[in-house]
Amino acid sequence: MAEELDGRFRSTLSDEKLQAAVYSGTGLLMQKRQAVVNHDVLPEYQELRDQARALKEHALENLEAYLEQFESQVTAHGGKVIWCRDGDEVAEFFVRLAREKNARLLVKSKSMTTEEIGFNERLERHGLEVVETDLGEYIVQLAKSRPFHIVVPAMNMTRYDIADLFSRSLGIASETVPENQTQIARTVLREKFLTADIGVSGANFLVADSGAVVLVTNEGNGRMATTLPKVHVAIAGIEKIIPRAQDLPVFLKLLGRSATGQPLTVYTSFLSGPRRPGEVDGPEDFYVVLLDNGRTRVLADPGKRESLFCLRCGACLNHCPVYRKIGGHNYPWVYSGPIGSVIGPLYRGLDRDPWLPFASSLCGACAEVCPVKIDLPRLLLDLRSEITERRGRGWQERMGFRIWAWVMGRPRIYEILGRMATLLMRSPASGRWLRRAPAPLNVGPARAWASERDLPPLPRQSFRELWRARAAGRRDHAAR
Amino acid sequence: MAGRVSLFVTCIVDQLFPDIGLAAVDVLERLGYEVDFPQEQVCCGQPAFNTGYRREAGEVATHCLRALRNAEYVVVPSGSCAAMITHHFGELFASDPERLAETRRLAPRVWEFSKFLLEVAGVEDVGARYDGVVTFHDSCHGLRALQIKEGPRRLLACVKGLTLREMDAAEECCGFGGTFSVKFPAVSGAMARTKIASIQRTGAGAVVGVDASCLMQIGGALSRAGLAIRTLHLAQVLASH
Repeated sequence: MAEELDGRFRSTLSDEKLQAAVYSGTGLLMQKRQAVVNHDVLPEYQELRDQARALKEHALENLEAYLEQFESQVTAHGGKVIWCRDGDEVAEFFVRLAREKNARLLVKSKSMTTEEIGFNERLERHGLEVVETDLGEYIVQLAKSRPFHIVVPAMNMTRYDIADLFSRSLGIASETVPENQTQIARTVLREKFLTADIGVSGANFLVADSGAVVLVTNEGNGRMATTLPKVHVAIAGIEKIIPRAQDLPVFLKLLGRSATGQPLTVYTSFLSGPRRPGEVDGPEDFYVVLLDNGRTRVLADPGKRESLFCLRCGACLNHCPVYRKIGGHNYPWVYSGPIGSVIGPLYRGLDRDPWLPFASSLCGACAEVCPVKIDLPRLLLDLRSEITERRGRGWQERMGFRIWAWVMGRPRIYEILGRMATLLMRSPASGRWLRRAPAPLNVGPARAWASERDLPPLPRQSFRELWRARAAGRRDHAAR
Repeated sequence: MAGRVSLFVTCIVDQLFPDIGLAAVDVLERLGYEVDFPQEQVCCGQPAFNTGYRREAGEVATHCLRALRNAEYVVVPSGSCAAMITHHFGELFASDPERLAETRRLAPRVWEFSKFLLEVAGVEDVGARYDGVVTFHDSCHGLRALQIKEGPRRLLACVKGLTLREMDAAEECCGFGGTFSVKFPAVSGAMARTKIASIQRTGAGAVVGVDASCLMQIGGALSRAGLAIRTLHLAQVLASH
């Protein structure tokens, strides 16, 4: 497993074009965020983070009550709430709905929750057509790929890649100017918006006291998808609930800033039910699908609960030096980066991809930028411990750490082994670093280390030996 | 005599970089401290803790608590190992009241080297001289757990002959990450190369840090790339004159 992974990573790392796209893409988002959260422009930034965290904490402590309140509000406005345990139940609902409404075509605005359950593939299996309308997601769908980044789905593709893709899939001449590419997508999608039977969206927030689905977007496709078709269905994880509409400003101030460095995104939509008598637009039917898909299991574990606070801003991805190297597609699920390494195993089970929480240097940059202060390094450490307890890491490593701990509790044995290693390493007197360890030691960690870096020469004497020699010298000096 | 300090030298300095330990002793003695080296000390347990082996980490941490029990001040030439004691021993011993009490007694006396100089000894100018241009690498755990950012720079600013030239990615992880460096060598190595490219752009002759493990990662990558930039622990710069 480890070698197969290493090979996959190496091929990503040697793809210079991809490396440049990811490093500059995430780097730009880091800079833009920094420009709008720094103390001069947003002195209350740290307080906002504390407030947002406290609100999420409170909402999840009282999740049942708030979800019920949300449902009764949606119902009062003429909408309907559908409770789904998993992707199967979501698909079942949609297939039934499509049959009832005689629907064929669905348009969808950007939603990670639908990615999480493989929504498009599930519905396509039932002969339904689902069209992504967010520009990035549309590109990803045409490329038959999956989102590379939570917020910027096609971050891995350059405009030249997109020109090729459009030319191939749409049978048009190559167009490399981004504005013109956008225009091409608009033209194709406009037709879809006007003929779609059902509009599907995600939700950034579910407001309990007003029964509103809040969508935070930049492209306008969200408004089209949720108001043009006769039916609108919003799909949201149950953790998206916040208590009151008046709590929203705290989150809105943080979300755009953390995600894309915008003080506020271009569109903030409040959707609370179908078209009312006398209104000129809006859907005739309004549904909210509340999805569990592993969330209640995470909720039941107080130590892991904070992972449900996530706003999906993607800041932890942008600031993660590992994500910036391996990119989104080396993560096994749709959620990548530090948050993906935590919620992937939590939602899908620790036995699946047990390597994931270990693929971090624990540098802590993620926690520093998280708008709701999720302690991602702590969660990664806790997951590591749970995975090793299940013996998920192999007996050699376990045995290695047993022996290591035994030695590290016995200074004399530790010292003897240190001397032996020094002799075996045969370090040059020049103090030059070594290309590799000599034969008997060139195994395991030493070999893995030397595959990328030189090894430090081992000193003739350890610190404790030098210390003793020094102390003896001083005693002699004092005696004289 | 300014007081008595115990050096927790860390296993990596003890076995691989004893010069860093000697330099720390020199600086402390020059400031008038009596330095002691508790002979029972070995490791803080971090490698096991970070790899998920809590039981093994607990055993080693217990030994560490015992070894440092009688120290008045413990000075650690590593932000990462210091943070292990002050921030993670508590988690490790959450359900062991006796060890937890020992941790609470020890933790307030544990100081990372640069913080000790500035906050306990109260000195910025230790009377060092280093002729050359250096750049400074912020080690992640020191930076984010112990807020070590301006401190080392203040100390370096007082070193005669030294010019500090900041790199653009000073706060970006070097890619070491303990066992991460050997579990995911390709990724770790790529991170190190990004780091050394940033170091190289400064034109500095040496990179200075407060953690020997990061310096080993950076030094190994510099050596592999054939670059003649030195890696120095802050203590080594402050000890030179």
